[in-house]
Amino acid sequence: MESQNKLAESIRGHHEGILKEWVDTQLTAPTLRLDLMKESELRDESREFLTLFSHALIGTSDPGAPAWKATKDFLAQVAKSRALRGFSPYETATFIFSLKQALFGLAGTVNKDGKNLFTDLWTLTQLIDSLGLYTIELHQKNREEIIQRQQQELLELSTPVVQLYENILALPLIGTLDSARTQIVMESLLERIVETGSIIAIIDITGVPTVDTLVAQHLLKTVAAARLMGADCIISGIRPQIAQTIVHLGVNLNDVITKATLADAFLVALQRTGANLGKPLAPKKD
Amino acid sequence: MATLRDEAFPIRSSDDIVKVRQITRELALMQTFSLVDQTKIVTAASELARNALEHGGGGEVRFEALQEGSRRGIRLTFVDQGPGIPDLEQALKDGFTTGGGMGLGLSGSKRLVNEFEIHSEVGKGTRVTIARWK
Amino acid sequence: MERIPILKMGKVLLVTVQVDMHDRLAMTLQDDLTARIVKDHAHGVLIDISSLEVVDSFIGRMIGNIANMARVLDADTVVVGMRPAVAITLVELGLSLPGVRTALNVDKGVEMLKGSMEQRASANGHATR
Repeated sequence: MESQNKLAESIRGHHEGILKEWVDTQLTAPTLRLDLMKESELRDESREFLTLFSHALIGTSDPGAPAWKATKDFLAQVAKSRALRGFSPYETATFIFSLKQALFGLAGTVNKDGKNLFTDLWTLTQLIDSLGLYTIELHQKNREEIIQRQQQELLELSTPVVQLYENILALPLIGTLDSARTQIVMESLLERIVETGSIIAIIDITGVPTVDTLVAQHLLKTVAAARLMGADCIISGIRPQIAQTIVHLGVNLNDVITKATLADAFLVALQRTGANLGKPLAPKKD
Repeated sequence: MATLRDEAFPIRSSDDIVKVRQITRELALMQTFSLVDQTKIVTAASELARNALEHGGGGEVRFEALQEGSRRGIRLTFVDQGPGIPDLEQALKDGFTTGGGMGLGLSGSKRLVNEFEIHSEVGKGTRVTIARWK
Repeated sequence: MERIPILKMGKVLLVTVQVDMHDRLAMTLQDDLTARIVKDHAHGVLIDISSLEVVDSFIGRMIGNIANMARVLDADTVVVGMRPAVAITLVELGLSLPGVRTALNVDKGVEMLKGSMEQRASANGHATR
């Protein structure tokens, strides 16, 4: 469109002026976060965006077109880095939206006769809105990915599998187990069994206040899976309340070795694996 | 709901069962399923493909990779024009017997997936649809 | 025609299932294995499935068949290397591989076979090597 090309050319022609006005708008905005980003970085980011923006606009004002890919890729980077720094989606989007003021000002100057003013303003507002919303979308996605990753790490940290002795693993579970957590924990126990070649795994639930049917079933499935693989599980630390629940739920623990404490289970495991502990060391004499 | 992939594949020989496993695995990877979920859907697909071949006399499977909002899933539809299953209820109850009886593997496969639907008419054929979501 | 190789380690036959088997290959394996047990006077069969990403009811039946046939021929079978994802799936599927012993890896499987071979030898009144 002729008017659009004219607009694009004007933006390029007034590059420095627009940039200055835009940065000033950002520096006086209430959403400014100099604690998260230095002024020089802000200027650099703004400069690069404006350059990409005006270049792409020459081709088309449709942000979905290939001409806008470079700009959107840059925005993706901006959204990612700002999300990591702790900017909110609102703050990141304001980075884009605040450009309107400078661009509208330019449109006014270029269309002194008012003829194409409306068209230009409309083109600009649609474009900026679209790009601003794009950053919000990306921002959200990035934050979700970060949260998911942190959740995963937290889960892994809170369920350590311990190697008690050669061939013997222990999994001390603490806190309430939900179906999802139990599944993940059990899968990682089975992986560790393979990695360490441990033929006995002690699942200690001393620190688990309650167990529901789903969790009990997961436990049993894990024991069955371990057996299929060539290892045995001992469940230890079953509290009286849990024992009652298990019986009431009709869960069948007949095929599973259970012990009151982790210590008892460890002893059984040592015997089963034929561990040779030797004689106690004689006390040192002076 | 968006369909990311939709393709059909014939089941005419035991080599095709291997292929069905491979395609299912590809789709599960594409939909970023966890390893256990991948294994479950591939195993279910293998069972049902084998059913279509051995009990249905051959048939076809339709693969669909789906996206609903942020959820990603796979749907498989197995169709054969075989003798059909006379007593569905019984077939769904039958467990497996290794070495010996056949066992249709339907009840087992059902436990491996999130959605399971079966239609069968004696003399006309059978259609089984399974889906697994991430 | 491709075949799954069968290795001899003393009185034990080792089979490593590496490919995604189709039915013909599985049937051939059963035949070959039975023949070798007799030919080599094998007392043990070790089936390594650590490369298998999927074990369905067909493979499960094949393993069961091999174990049964081996037993008839006076040989023990141990299946080793089952992957966690496979084990979890088999439990869900309801497939339990009855009569099949399992071990975590080849080393432990060989240990297990040696143990049962020694037992059998002493029961038969033979000296063990």
